[in-house]
Amino acid sequence: MNHWIIAPVILPALLAPIIGFVMRHDIPLARVASLAGTGALLAIAIGLFLSAGGDPQVYYLGDWPAPFGIVLVLDKLSALMVLLTAVLAMIVLVHAVATGWDARGWHFHALFQFQLMGVIGAFLTGDVFNLFVFFEILLIASYGLMIHSGGRKRMRAGLQYVVINLAGSTLFLFALGVIYAATGTLNMADLAQRIPELPEGEAALVRVAAILLLVVFGLKAALFPVHFWLPATYSSAPAPVAALFAIMTKVGAYAIIRVHSLAFGPDVAATGGMISDWLFPAAIITIAVGAFGVLGARRLMPLIAFSVVGSMGALMVAVSAFEPAAMTAALYYLVHSTFAAAALFLLADLVVSRRESDVLTLRPATVQNGLFAALFFAAAIGMAGMPPLSGFLGKLMVLDAMRAPGQMPWAWAAILIGSLMTIVGFARAGSTLFWKPTALSGEPVPDDGADPAEPAPEQARAGAAEIAPTMLSIAALALVTGFAGPLSGYMSDTSAQVFDRAGYVSAVLDGGPVKQAAEKDKKAEGAEPSQDAPADEPADGEDH
Amino acid sequence: MTDDSFSLIIIALLPFLGALVPGVMIRAGRNACAIFTALPTALALVMLLLHAPAVMDGEVIKAELDWLPQLGLSAAFFLDGLGMLFAGMILGVGLLITLYARFYLSGEDPMGQFYTYLLLFQGAMLGIVLSDNILLLLIFWELTSLSSFLLIGYWKHLPEGRQGARMALAVTGAGGLAMIGGMLILGNIVGSYNLTDILAAGEQIRAHEWYVPALVLILLGAFTKSAQFPFHFWLPHAMAAPTPVSAYLHSATMVKAGVFLMARMWPALAGTPEWFYIVASVGLITMVLGAVIALFKDDLKALLAFSTVSHLGLLTMLLGFGTEAAAIAAVFHIINHLTFKAALFMTAGIVDHEAHTRDIKRLGGLAKLMPITAVIGTITALSMAGIAPFNGFISKEKMLEEAVHTVWWENPWIVPALATLGAVFSVAYSLRFIFHVFGGKVRDDYPAKPHDPPFGMWAAPALLTVLVVLIGVMPFLAEPVVNMAATAVTGHETHAHLKLWHGLTPALYLSIIAVVGGAILLALHKPLDRAWIAAPRPEAKAIFDRLLAALAGLAQRISEGSHNGSMSRYLAIFVAATTVLGYLAWSGSAAAAPSRELLPIPPVVMVGWVLLLVATASVVICHRNRFRALVVIGVIGLIISFGFVYLSAPDLALTQISVETVTIMLLLLALHFLPKATPVESGAARRLRDGVIALAAGAGVAALAYVFMLRDVSTISGFHLANSYKGGGGTNVVNVILVDFRGYDTYGEIIVLGIAGLIIFALMEALLNGPAAAKLRNTDYSQDRSRDRHPLMMVIATRVMMPVAIMVGVYIFLRGHNQPGGGFVAGLVVSIALLMQYMASGFAWTQRRQQIEYHSMIGWGVVIAGLTGAGAWLGGKPFLTSGFDYYHFPPIEEFELATAMLFDLGVFLAVLGGVMLMLYSLSRIARYAGETVNVAPMDYDPSQDDGGEGPGKSDQTERER
Repeated sequence: MNHWIIAPVILPALLAPIIGFVMRHDIPLARVASLAGTGALLAIAIGLFLSAGGDPQVYYLGDWPAPFGIVLVLDKLSALMVLLTAVLAMIVLVHAVATGWDARGWHFHALFQFQLMGVIGAFLTGDVFNLFVFFEILLIASYGLMIHSGGRKRMRAGLQYVVINLAGSTLFLFALGVIYAATGTLNMADLAQRIPELPEGEAALVRVAAILLLVVFGLKAALFPVHFWLPATYSSAPAPVAALFAIMTKVGAYAIIRVHSLAFGPDVAATGGMISDWLFPAAIITIAVGAFGVLGARRLMPLIAFSVVGSMGALMVAVSAFEPAAMTAALYYLVHSTFAAAALFLLADLVVSRRESDVLTLRPATVQNGLFAALFFAAAIGMAGMPPLSGFLGKLMVLDAMRAPGQMPWAWAAILIGSLMTIVGFARAGSTLFWKPTALSGEPVPDDGADPAEPAPEQARAGAAEIAPTMLSIAALALVTGFAGPLSGYMSDTSAQVFDRAGYVSAVLDGGPVKQAAEKDKKAEGAEPSQDAPADEPADGEDH
Repeated sequence: MTDDSFSLIIIALLPFLGALVPGVMIRAGRNACAIFTALPTALALVMLLLHAPAVMDGEVIKAELDWLPQLGLSAAFFLDGLGMLFAGMILGVGLLITLYARFYLSGEDPMGQFYTYLLLFQGAMLGIVLSDNILLLLIFWELTSLSSFLLIGYWKHLPEGRQGARMALAVTGAGGLAMIGGMLILGNIVGSYNLTDILAAGEQIRAHEWYVPALVLILLGAFTKSAQFPFHFWLPHAMAAPTPVSAYLHSATMVKAGVFLMARMWPALAGTPEWFYIVASVGLITMVLGAVIALFKDDLKALLAFSTVSHLGLLTMLLGFGTEAAAIAAVFHIINHLTFKAALFMTAGIVDHEAHTRDIKRLGGLAKLMPITAVIGTITALSMAGIAPFNGFISKEKMLEEAVHTVWWENPWIVPALATLGAVFSVAYSLRFIFHVFGGKVRDDYPAKPHDPPFGMWAAPALLTVLVVLIGVMPFLAEPVVNMAATAVTGHETHAHLKLWHGLTPALYLSIIAVVGGAILLALHKPLDRAWIAAPRPEAKAIFDRLLAALAGLAQRISEGSHNGSMSRYLAIFVAATTVLGYLAWSGSAAAAPSRELLPIPPVVMVGWVLLLVATASVVICHRNRFRALVVIGVIGLIISFGFVYLSAPDLALTQISVETVTIMLLLLALHFLPKATPVESGAARRLRDGVIALAAGAGVAALAYVFMLRDVSTISGFHLANSYKGGGGTNVVNVILVDFRGYDTYGEIIVLGIAGLIIFALMEALLNGPAAAKLRNTDYSQDRSRDRHPLMMVIATRVMMPVAIMVGVYIFLRGHNQPGGGFVAGLVVSIALLMQYMASGFAWTQRRQQIEYHSMIGWGVVIAGLTGAGAWLGGKPFLTSGFDYYHFPPIEEFELATAMLFDLGVFLAVLGGVMLMLYSLSRIARYAGETVNVAPMDYDPSQDDGGEGPGKSDQTERER
């Protein structure tokens, strides 16, 4: 068994308490530990990504056979998500350290590591209840990060964030209860195997479970109508945290891709096209919400937050088709939109901290107006889906994949018109932020981003370390564009694997320890059903 | 890959690579910058011309690199006649513009930036005309929109520049997005995004049911780019750009992109009635409209801009005719328009540069002051007017010739009539350009004294003027080029016959009418101008701005109105949506009949149920009184615990009771610092709404519970029962599940607890260092404080109980693996023992006797649990694999040691640490808020006796912090 599979969860889980409880009085020490840990995480993630080429690899926790214990599953999809998380984490962490955000409150690094643990755990698990546990971890850690360094507005938004997401967690528990009641199992592979075999009379329960889970994951993925928490949360969070949160919405998207295509796909009789039928209009409206938000935003941070909502809409439109070509597009767009959001938030931090406000009204230019303008231009192009960056390719792929007659006009109109509104919104914002102030000094900013007219004395110029993360995010977009061919080749292998339900099921259930014993007991258990159901399920819920 | 195709890719890439140069070379000075900018362009042009002989022979040079094969996108380029013509124009004019801009831009303008943008734009344009893949073409198409956005907004300190740039981006960007849709449909029809394939599949495309949508969407892209009615309004506003930009983008290149696209797609899309009626009509309207408006523009550049609109309309119309001859005429006019319009823009720039104004009404008589410029301007303007012997004459003749042959909606005269009308106005504004700028008397009120510019500045327009004359006098020189391009447009070999003198054709008569009419119009210009100014007419920019502002306002209302920050609304939407979706999902298929009988309801259950209902209802009713609500919540918790007892789940009952106790106690302590009542925040209607939603959701949950209690399901728990002792070493299945089967979940949950501890600490720090701290300090808590702060009985009782309670905790911990209990419950029990000390003897007093650092306790708990799990790796087993064995040390009985116990210890520590950290935080707040440390354990607050003395005066107390 490949023990490295669990390493990206255990590493931050062991590091975080040490940073938080032992190193808490020394910021430099915590920084070194956190950076080293994230670097190691990145190395592990690359290793896992390279090793995830073949069939899904399964890690049987506690050496218990599936579906009785908990399993971790490393397949192409989870390896991709873990790698994406690690790369993003490294970028964001450097930014937070370079800008000093991490020292503006307590426990940034510990919470950051816990957050990574939660996100990565969610990507790796093969058990829906365990997914719930990791949702809890990432929720509470993200709450801590979100309110990092305090402030009235942030605390307010943080309260909303945590309350609404706790409501989502409660619903998650209900949904798990329904799933267990309908199928008697929580292992994803086992669910995938049992649900199609259920008698017709059980279909109603399965459908309820599927739809409740869709709402739960949709809440994380900021889908209409449960997206309302996102704009305020992202725009109030410290910018590097908001950049890290670019991966949080993807957790919701990942969960839908994973769980709903494994257990409630279109070919399952009980659910049929129900998930697509609900997901598609929700995603379309989400695009509209994002587009209107971008166009109507009066402040920079909400503008970016709404553009994230819009990008989730486009992503979920592709997911809603539940077929390989569209899923390939969705995965490509997922990677792209993660970096695009991160680039924008990180850049916004550099600008807003110098401009001292993110309100989109005329204010004096920042010291590095030219440089920031160029970076903003690039990042906004990425987010709005204009060439030459990957957003354009991603959108083309999504459009190209959405060819079902009933969906095409809606999807195309929403994505194209949404893009236009986003472009206009970003152009307005950029013009106000970077062009208009040049009129104040009476002369245009000289070339090559060097010496502007008169730098305000107290404004610190952003050093290389502060700018590097933003540039890296944009460079990531450029790489995703340049290597679109090989990358989407990987994506299409990945989506083929996502829809290869039999492969997943047999990898999880046929492998593993003490298989014989398991089969024997399964027979025994078939004889005396369900008496003990209450003993098992609430026991899990006990300590929450 | 052959050398040819390699060189093609280099040509396409050169401008982009070159774009890196000027930003750096500006440091070497402005001349060096300009020279180094010209280098890549010149190199690309030379390489391009090397291919010219082959292309003229009808050869098509191709190159392809894989990019995104899954989508059908490849970096495929091809060079045919049309591409050759346009690429030559783009690069050739690019060189001239580079030269011109060197002298045009002032020392204050960041020239490096300018050249970078210019090369980016050049690369994008070149990409459009060389793409052999329509997706690649789309990429370059949008790139031209973006780079022209930067160029138009180059003078970013000018509001016109910014607004013009945004308008151009919005309009051309919108068209580009529409075109994406059109191109994707086209690709779908043909089954390939390869341009060569698409051009070969014209029949199939035109017969397809999706032909019209594809055509309309693609034309939207072309029309917006080429400023066709009704999208023409952005072009004049883009004139806020520096003149070199206008000369380049708005005469030679970008606006021609739309025309190029129509020419490129001509074999695939043209020839249908739809094509004719849309393209030709739009072109015709644009031609006339642009010419009319141009006559009344006083700004030289605006005049030229509307003239460009008009000429683009002419080209569009010709392509719309769909005949081969018209296509030849279009290609020829593309060349001619390029030569005279670029020169005219540069002339306008020179005038502006020298006279410091472009307002025609302030100019006049410049012929004497700047003779060279006047010659250039006059010749090119005559060509624009279509007057012999200049090249514009020939192509206008051809256009009128084609118009005469065109029947529009069974009407043979409307097209020639309108075309002539356009020509009349075209002559009028061209003559106005000559007479009102260069003609007339020398004035003495120019903003600056004009004179001819240095050679470098007039060299470029002069060269173009030479071309204007050459092509006009010897049109056969242009024939091979026109044939080359027209062959590529029409798809088969064409033979253009370009002659200055065609004989007495109808076109000639129309031309004469145009010249005479134009001269008359100019003579009448003054009264006409007055009438024009007085007449009401739609101002496109105002409409566009209002529209955009309205849209932005609407967007703002929608997004701010729906995201108004009301948590109760968000939750209501969440719950309502969930309930409705759940109901719809449920009702979508029939459920099977229950497989279990309903059991009779015993009285004790009935009592419990009624109690639960009453208690819940009470919470709803009295939730504003927080203490009372808390007590009732405690009741609910207890009934649930009894429920677990009744259903034979002692572990759950134990956990539930201890969790309940700890939370209620902590909440009680916390409430001390909070208002005791919740304010009324919602009206009756809102409460009714929430009540309905809550009842519906509750009913849904109840229904679900009812359904699944009435059915048998085979579950995986049989395995857990069977393997608990055998494989997990414990007889208490619940505990084995927690620490072994699903230890990973528990591990996650104690981490949640640990994180909560961190957050509480961080929050408290923020609180005590923030503005809330002052409020906390200034609140007087003495009002409702008991005199008997720490009652004797309670203090004694809790101290006696403490060792017992801790022992119970240890006992529960140890027996956990086999009997109800475990680390989680044990942690809670011990923390209750400590909690009671806080309640009985006071925060401060207890805290002083508590030297354990709870922070570390949580940390160690998490680390111990994690390391225990990782210990399994040493044995080569997966994380959290447990090991256990039985030992016998006399005199103790045989006992079991399991690694699970160590894991449970981690759980115990994390739970205990978590609860105690919360308590510690509360006690810090308490002391911050002014609670005093009682020196004696049993404390009587004398200040409450007569109210005269403040608590601080008591000598039995000391105040902390």
